[in-house]
Amino acid sequence: MKTLLIGEYREGKLLDSTYELFGFASQLNADTAMLLVGSEAQLPAYGGALYLADAASCGEYNPDLHKQLILEAVQKESPDYIVFLHSSYGWDLAPRIAASLNIAQISEVIAATDGGFEVGCCNAKMRRTVKASSATAVLTIQAGAFPAVQPGGSPTVQNLAVVIGGALEFVGYEPAEKKDVDLAKAEIIVSAGRGVGKKDNITVIQALATALGGELGASRPVVDAEWVSHSHQVGTTGQTVSPKLYVACGISGAIQHLAGMKKSDFILAINKDKDAPIGEIADVLVVADVMQFVPALTAKVAR
Amino acid sequence: MKLLVCIKQVPDLESRFKPDAAGTWYNEADLAFRMNEYDEYAVEQAVQLREKLGEGTELTVLSIGPDRVVEAIKKSLAMGCDNAAHIQDPAASGKDPWQIASIIAAYAKDKGFDIVFTGMQSQDRGSAQVGVTVAELLGFACTTTIVGFDYDNGTITAKRELEGGIKGIVKLKTPALVTCQLGLNIPRYPTLPNIMKAKKKEITVIPVAELLATEALAATTSFHPPAKKGGGIVLEGDVGELVDKVIAILKDKTAVLR
Repeated sequence: MKTLLIGEYREGKLLDSTYELFGFASQLNADTAMLLVGSEAQLPAYGGALYLADAASCGEYNPDLHKQLILEAVQKESPDYIVFLHSSYGWDLAPRIAASLNIAQISEVIAATDGGFEVGCCNAKMRRTVKASSATAVLTIQAGAFPAVQPGGSPTVQNLAVVIGGALEFVGYEPAEKKDVDLAKAEIIVSAGRGVGKKDNITVIQALATALGGELGASRPVVDAEWVSHSHQVGTTGQTVSPKLYVACGISGAIQHLAGMKKSDFILAINKDKDAPIGEIADVLVVADVMQFVPALTAKVAR
Repeated sequence: MKLLVCIKQVPDLESRFKPDAAGTWYNEADLAFRMNEYDEYAVEQAVQLREKLGEGTELTVLSIGPDRVVEAIKKSLAMGCDNAAHIQDPAASGKDPWQIASIIAAYAKDKGFDIVFTGMQSQDRGSAQVGVTVAELLGFACTTTIVGFDYDNGTITAKRELEGGIKGIVKLKTPALVTCQLGLNIPRYPTLPNIMKAKKKEITVIPVAELLATEALAATTSFHPPAKKGGGIVLEGDVGELVDKVIAILKDKTAVLR
């Protein structure tokens, strides 16, 4: 079995998540080739074939052009699987490859099984096993689902000729908003999720954070609704935290949130839904209404 | 200008999901359906553009599915879409993203749309494929996961959300398709007068057989709950007792409460 792995590179750097692709390939016991739109100066620690195009001339985000490069490598390698990370780069590019080749795409793979691939669905509450009917398939793998593996060595580089073009013009990056709270340093974080119900109820969550001597965190929907500012957001597009105690109040546990807090030493979750995915990683799941339980807990803690 | 927004109706994600008889998707009994959250942002952005461009611009909303999806279509019309296409398909949930995208592309290909809006993914299936695939099939420029959108004279300037809070800014010329991320805007609630007005808007019903010409490329063989990892304690019952139990656990297992 052969995999063509599509590495990631941003703002002049090879992204560490690239190594998760090797972790996936090694679980399949598959031969690997990699394609990277990156730089000679930032090669992955890997001793196999690397198709390399220069990001300085191709652009780091230029999907039409990257598609052409990947299709060229696919033709040379005839892989069984073309594997991306399920990331802003991967989910943008993968369907373009699948559509061009008229082959299946299986998104956000979390495990390989006998019958196919396991993927999450219904907000991570359920799983599907999906099988491709085409001989070759495009896969995107969930961030963090497979261990990062550094095979070691230096790649045999084959430079890809670059055809300039593409329908998009990349203007530039905008840095992440400045943080007025550094959650990464907090020992205790009490986070509010959609389950708190409304903006006014944030004060109840803040009160528990204060009583415990911790900081207020938040999940994405709460930030999008402007109940809490973005600097408090925990998750893939916010801050990644690992406090001694993480209290998740009314947070169902979307993958992107879990990715930002699952390394916490102790996770206490309060949710009225016993099946919420947060229960998968919580040390303690209290099945209760947040607005009843949290004030009662705060009162006892403050005493 | 002609605008299209594609929406999906999904179950309330707070629900408990049980496999259907075939064991390949959820059983719809007892589930309440509503518009996919990502699509609400897509509709709002399309409506905002429709309002900015004013007369001479037509905004169509499209949904594929059984008759229940008309409810989500009506909400979009009440939010400000001009007309709708309901691609009637009682078996839509059994189709793979490739087929769904092919159906949308078959509908859109000779209609001269300038901009197509979709959500970046559905909340139930979550494959994040349909929008991009539609763009490929139509030969449209495409960008994904947008949290900022501006249109001026044939050019879209979009802000993509990347990992770690970084954004990427891109420009693309129409015809183009964008997939919308949560937080792109604040979707409006339909007002009562607009709900009344929407009742008069036209919904064209098209049987899916007229548009479907592709076979599935991927098949779901099983739908099931995740394997329980165990380890975590689940506490239920009286709130007062729960608080005492939790405090005892925190004192025992963490160094933060004394």
